[in-house]
Amino acid sequence: MKKVEAIIKPFKLDEVKESLSAIGVQGITVSEVKGFGRQKGHTELYRGAEYVVDFLPKVKLEIIVREEQVADVVETIEKAAKTGRIGDGKIFVLPIDEVVRIRTGERGGDAI
Amino acid sequence: MERRHRSFAAGYWCVRSSLALAAVLALASLAHAEEALKVDSGDTAWMLTSSALVLMMTAPGLALFYGGLVRSKNVLGLLMQSFVMVALISIQWVLWGYSLAFGPDHGHVMGGLEWLGLRGVGLEPSAYAATIPHQAFMIYQCMFAIITPALITGAFAERMKFSAFLLFSLLWATLVYDPLAHMVWGKGGLLGTVFGALDFAGGTVVHISSGTSALVCAVVLGKRLGYGSEPMPPHNMPFVLTGAALLWVGWFGFNAGSALAANALATSAFVATNTATAAASLSWMFAEWLGRGKPTILGAASGAVAGLVAITPASGFVAPMPALVIGAVAGVLCYGACNLKTVLGWYDDALDVVGVHGVGGSWGALATGLWASAQVNPGAFKAGGGSAVSEGLLISGQWGLFGCQVVAVLLTYVLAVVGSLLCLAITGVVVGGLRVSEDDEFAGLDLSQHSESAYVFAGGSYSAHSALGARPAEQRSAMD
Repeated sequence: MKKVEAIIKPFKLDEVKESLSAIGVQGITVSEVKGFGRQKGHTELYRGAEYVVDFLPKVKLEIIVREEQVADVVETIEKAAKTGRIGDGKIFVLPIDEVVRIRTGERGGDAI
Repeated sequence: MERRHRSFAAGYWCVRSSLALAAVLALASLAHAEEALKVDSGDTAWMLTSSALVLMMTAPGLALFYGGLVRSKNVLGLLMQSFVMVALISIQWVLWGYSLAFGPDHGHVMGGLEWLGLRGVGLEPSAYAATIPHQAFMIYQCMFAIITPALITGAFAERMKFSAFLLFSLLWATLVYDPLAHMVWGKGGLLGTVFGALDFAGGTVVHISSGTSALVCAVVLGKRLGYGSEPMPPHNMPFVLTGAALLWVGWFGFNAGSALAANALATSAFVATNTATAAASLSWMFAEWLGRGKPTILGAASGAVAGLVAITPASGFVAPMPALVIGAVAGVLCYGACNLKTVLGWYDDALDVVGVHGVGGSWGALATGLWASAQVNPGAFKAGGGSAVSEGLLISGQWGLFGCQVVAVLLTYVLAVVGSLLCLAITGVVVGGLRVSEDDEFAGLDLSQHSESAYVFAGGSYSAHSALGARPAEQRSAMD
């Protein structure tokens, strides 16, 4: 089992979610996050006081999938989230040791 | 009241002398006096409405304007200070404030205690306004007494103890506002009656006094933790704009209401107020656009407030075109003052009370000395039975009034500085320090002073915005 973690542009969330649903992904966890990479931040101006805002709003997706789905899921996110401009985000794949479905007590792949 | 008593006395004397003709004359003059002091329903309706409009300026107007400008951990603290001010000064005013400000004159400086607890302040018209109940005048003035110390809260925002704020405000209203209101507006007052300085709706009394005291407070309390190194941007600009818009609307009660009647003068003040405000909003916006590259919402809102402040003392004395100039200059001047504060970094006037109210109020008081015109308000000048020695410098070419305005501004500075220092000193001793502890300041006033949070439904620090993953409801049911 793997966890696919993706940081994407917020307005791409719907498109990514629809594409993942289409390839049979059952569940996604979404959080609003802030961060910076190569994309520059912006400045804000309040009565002459100027602030540089380095951290930009992004959306983080977390998806737990079986090994055989990983390539598909990564490719789907990559395609749906891409605009071709700086700031499109990143995708990480991490190993997962165990999954438990709390309601039934199922373990491992059955719990995904 | 005064006039009617005189008529009664006259009638008494005439009957005693048994002269039929004199008795008839006395009765006639009695009838005349009764007529002159009859409550007018239109004027009373306008003054009660104006009172409510000025109340709206403090809460919610100023509360939202200031609440939006601070960081989210202090928004309740600021809202609370404006709201509680309404309650606090309402009580102070009916108990002793009104008597000190407008009661019978003592040495041209202060009203007496004769009207303590509103004793003798009834429902008949008074010497202050001939066509509305005395209590209507009293409650209208009450709203001015409320907003003035509330303006100062912007200077010591985000760091003053609530207990210190309460005591300071009560002392300041009593020791600074009430005497100043008496000197400018009270019968026999030093600046209004004796010097003949003009202040239609509170340039000296409200704005210069609060702006100057704001500077004193900012210096005495010291800077907020992290001022100059940490960013302290406003946390809710829609609050700020809503507050500014409420101030603009409410200010018609403030300025046009200061005519104390629903008449031509009120109309003139209304037009002058709106014109100056619009001009100032645009001039600040364009100044910032030219200087910093972007026209900001905060600039447009602050400019409007600066224009409202500047036209306040002049609104009942100037024609629409001078009002436009007063506003346009106020926008640029106050923009410059706020920027200068940031560049110099000498003091932390958190929400720019000095730059907007101190600078804008001073400009407005002086501008009154430039453009005050007898055509607009004949009753204000000596020739028309008023106290002002001449028309404005640019109207009549005479320096008389302008000189009086300069004196009034300077005297207000002195009174506000000395009075505020005294109030802060007493408060500091009684409450045991003016500022919250460093830990409390870091946690914010909301939690440390009130044990409340403004935005309890926002889970994380960044999740308050956006309908993340939201979609139209009918689409949801189709997918379920």
